[in-house]
Amino acid sequence: MSTLTAHPAFDVEALRRAFPALNQEVNGKPLAYLDNAATSQKPEAVLDVVERYYRLDNANVHRGIHELSRRATVAYEDARARVADWLGASEASEVIWTRGTTEAINLVAASWGMDQVGEGDEILLTTMEHHSNIVPWQLLAQRKGATLKYLEMDEEGRLRLEDLEELLTPRTRLVGVTHISNALGTVNPVKTIVEAAQARGARVLVDGAQAVPHRKVDVGELGCDFYVFSSHKMCGPTGIGALWARKEILEEMSPYQGGGEMISVVERDHSTWAKIPHKFEAGTPNIAGAVGAAAAVDFMEGAGYENIRKHETDLLAYALEKMRALPDVTIYGPEDPRERSGAISFGLGDAHPHDIATILDSEGVAIRAGHHCAQLVMRHLGLSATTRASFALYNTPDDVDRLVDGLRVVQGIFGS
Amino acid sequence: MTDLNLNSLYQQLILDHYRKPRNKGELPDKTVEIHMANPVCGDEIRLQLRIEDDEIIEAKHVGQGCSISQASVSMMTNLLKGTKLSEAEELAGKFTDMMHGDEDVARDKQLGDLRALQGVSKFPVRIKCALLAFDALQEAIKETRES
Repeated sequence: MSTLTAHPAFDVEALRRAFPALNQEVNGKPLAYLDNAATSQKPEAVLDVVERYYRLDNANVHRGIHELSRRATVAYEDARARVADWLGASEASEVIWTRGTTEAINLVAASWGMDQVGEGDEILLTTMEHHSNIVPWQLLAQRKGATLKYLEMDEEGRLRLEDLEELLTPRTRLVGVTHISNALGTVNPVKTIVEAAQARGARVLVDGAQAVPHRKVDVGELGCDFYVFSSHKMCGPTGIGALWARKEILEEMSPYQGGGEMISVVERDHSTWAKIPHKFEAGTPNIAGAVGAAAAVDFMEGAGYENIRKHETDLLAYALEKMRALPDVTIYGPEDPRERSGAISFGLGDAHPHDIATILDSEGVAIRAGHHCAQLVMRHLGLSATTRASFALYNTPDDVDRLVDGLRVVQGIFGS
Repeated sequence: MTDLNLNSLYQQLILDHYRKPRNKGELPDKTVEIHMANPVCGDEIRLQLRIEDDEIIEAKHVGQGCSISQASVSMMTNLLKGTKLSEAEELAGKFTDMMHGDEDVARDKQLGDLRALQGVSKFPVRIKCALLAFDALQEAIKETRES
């Protein structure tokens, strides 16, 4: 048997039927859900395992002697192994469950950062980052007297890689970079950045929140030190995500939160820590979330990342073509669709993004308007807000047509 | 049905105030200035008033945002000049009631052009856009009385 299993043909209509939330009317129109960069909808397969866990297997994990605790523990740890395998981790203990991307970054900043970043050290970020990959580092830098530096973007919202060498110094302790921009959809050359940073002795954290819904990620191939993501943007439940880091880094890191589960022995004035991954998982974890996250991985791999990528690339190209044909539409981010994934940020005449969003909502089209938690990106564009349509594997050309029709309604009202 | 709501939301008068905001600019001899922003959506208003002896002599504003927030502050400042603080408070109360669905008050002539914003009350997530100017007004009155 060949290990290259051919995926069955990608049938987007069949796929859509697996998502109950997609099959509804909003404001009297069928829902066209194009706010996937904020969160994706959930398939039956994920909803079912979460419900099944609570109905039949619910118990606290680890240390329990009874059957339900055994089942819950197995489900929780199997889910970790599933995610580790999917990400290309060397072993399951390299995956730390968190509430999501934000908590994973805060974990690295509070643990690794507090230990490894000192006065005068530098943290290099990019102006493309989501606030969740900026503010934790600001908090750390303020506490430690470290300096934040930024790799800037060009006019098309691509990182100015030519500046990278100059920005990296012997004091650079960490480079934080997003794999794919949530605000612009720019796909970053992460591997190039990782190689340049590590050659200078810096660690690299990659924010994968917008990457895992769209493409196969292999942390070994990327070569980064930390990779973080949320499950809810890739068809999984909210409140669950993970930090991946190489074993030797995690073993050196101090605990994040203290409490049950993360200890080995507790004395009156000190304690010893559990081994990884549990050292970083204080308290009762989000067991149902972990089980749902593994089901989401199964779902995405079942659809096939190659299929997803091809489908979404076609869809993005179609959307860009249709939107560029409208008068007064300004599209931000890379011109070349190959440098873009998942999202289209745009403006329309003098209609404010919130007005566009309200009008599209009345047409049953869900998009997002605002700064997208990326105020440095907005400042770069000289704007306070953009309108963003973002795509998932279940979107169709019909969704794009609905968006474009809705934009014509906006033009009718705003007279542009 | 939805089209009807949209038409009631985006009346020409609102778009006119959005495109040609009245009383926009700095007020050099202001006695009070309040900055109000909605960090969620980026709407921003700096309301500047000159208040003498309990009366609003002049009202101007600077800022940016959606058509609803900017039309609201444009219409509001038109009505404020020459009003007593108590009358301005009454206006803010009536406008807030209109936003919360009071249809009787929506016919009150005291609200002037602001009546065009009645349709916003049907769009719950946009009510805060319309109220931003009045939040600034109420804060300005409070600050003036406390000083």
